[in-house]
Amino acid sequence: MLLEVKNLHVRYGNVAALHGINLHVRQGEIIAILGANGAGKTTTLHTISGLLRPAQGEICFESQPIHQLPAHRLVKMGIAQAPEGRRIFGTLTVRENLNLGAFTCDDKAQVAKTQRWIYELFPVLAQRHEQLAGTLSGGEQQMLAIGRALMAHPRILLLDEPSLGLAPLLVKAIFQTLWEINTTGVTIVLVEQNARAALKLAHRGYVMEVGRIVLEDRAEALLANPEVCNAYLGGQANRE
Amino acid sequence: MEEFIQQLTNGLAVGGIYALIALGYTMVYGVLKLINFAHGDLFTYGAYLGLTLLTSLALTDRLGFTLGMVVLVLMVMGLVAVLGAILERAAYRPLRESPRLSAVVSALGASIFLQNALMLIYGARFQVYPDNILPTATLNIFGLYLPLMRVLIVLASVLMMIVLYVFIQKTRIGTAIRAAAIDQGAARLMGIDVNRVILMVFLLGPALGGIAGLMVGLYYGQVNFTMGWVYGMKAFTAAILGGIGNIPGAMVGGLLLGVIEALGAAYLSIAWKDAIAFCVLILILIIRPTGLLGERVADKI
Repeated sequence: MLLEVKNLHVRYGNVAALHGINLHVRQGEIIAILGANGAGKTTTLHTISGLLRPAQGEICFESQPIHQLPAHRLVKMGIAQAPEGRRIFGTLTVRENLNLGAFTCDDKAQVAKTQRWIYELFPVLAQRHEQLAGTLSGGEQQMLAIGRALMAHPRILLLDEPSLGLAPLLVKAIFQTLWEINTTGVTIVLVEQNARAALKLAHRGYVMEVGRIVLEDRAEALLANPEVCNAYLGGQANRE
Repeated sequence: MEEFIQQLTNGLAVGGIYALIALGYTMVYGVLKLINFAHGDLFTYGAYLGLTLLTSLALTDRLGFTLGMVVLVLMVMGLVAVLGAILERAAYRPLRESPRLSAVVSALGASIFLQNALMLIYGARFQVYPDNILPTATLNIFGLYLPLMRVLIVLASVLMMIVLYVFIQKTRIGTAIRAAAIDQGAARLMGIDVNRVILMVFLLGPALGGIAGLMVGLYYGQVNFTMGWVYGMKAFTAAILGGIGNIPGAMVGGLLLGVIEALGAAYLSIAWKDAIAFCVLILILIIRPTGLLGERVADKI
């Protein structure tokens, strides 16, 4: 088991955001976490990344408890995140953004190799590497956010709403690239509003509702599940 | 013309000092969004430490003027940097998760504490730098007679600004500082230890502020335990003028403010010196609140 979340409770002050969730991720999987706004998807990712501390429960990475470690240590261990809203460094160049992604890597040759790979995955970033990241289009910024997370050479990549605000064609391209990234051995946890695209890509999925996991299944099964269809896929399963 | 150049170079010397202090304000603001009101007092500590080290260790007698000065500068920088780190630990870190206002009150408290501690140690009177150690020579540059000290101050402050700029722009830790200033959460997701970045900023800023204090002592020959207040306010104005949080902005703002002040004092009235500086602050806040170099590009949502 690469990543295991056991009975995770997270609170913002007096408000409980997660009420004891359990999930696990195997090496090489793509996991989709679905749910409406406020279900606790981003909170889950932030807690895994070490930006939030659990009130109760455990997170294990390769059987080691990690929920008390600071965020910067986790990146070094191989957990990288492309956060919601991209959060790229707008006044820095594309290249500087990518280099920051590799902040924890000391092996220069490895960093250069990863960078070449990212420029292959997203050729537009190579064209714009001296441009300020804030001047990129939304889709390019998303590519930069993913590329930046990959620069850490992660074992597991956490993606928070990579399709947010992008044109459908671009979403398709980005999901195709995510699949390519996965085939190189990077495990992916994907939080998405675009449930259909996410489930088509993922091996397994979790559905969250107000701080709890209400459903867990293989992706195809979730796609076929009438409840999921009605709630997250616009009820089109019967028609297809 | 002669008069003008004298005033201009004087303005550049004072402006260089303002710029060095302003860098401390702007770097701390950049990362923590906090005005470190105790920064002016760290500047004063630089001036007093310089005086004490200069007289008690007799560095210039033992090592010669140039080497002695270099050692003095390094010692003052190091000591004030340590003070800055202690200040961060004691006054700001415990309040990291508290509302912004708590940290501001803590900053003001730290300022009062530092100022009074200095008064208790040295007394409330003006302290005088020994004038027999310092060079009183003047340089003849194309027929202009400029005091050596003034030229040295301009050169040293510009040199330090260049070094800082290169450090911030080109090094790994410099890039980490810039990243943490833009988005702390995202910086942590990159594996940057934000606490270390903050510590770094509280070493660099005070080191530069301490040097500025030493320069004032060397330039004017006398120091007082309250001088950090006026210099701090001027440097704060300079940081706003250039765009708070913007490092080149603090440099440009400092030099510009020094020159404006010097020329205003010379051609209007010396009595208006401080008023001119603060009129600049008011004007910039009205006309261009982001400062001269504030905000290069907006982030797209």
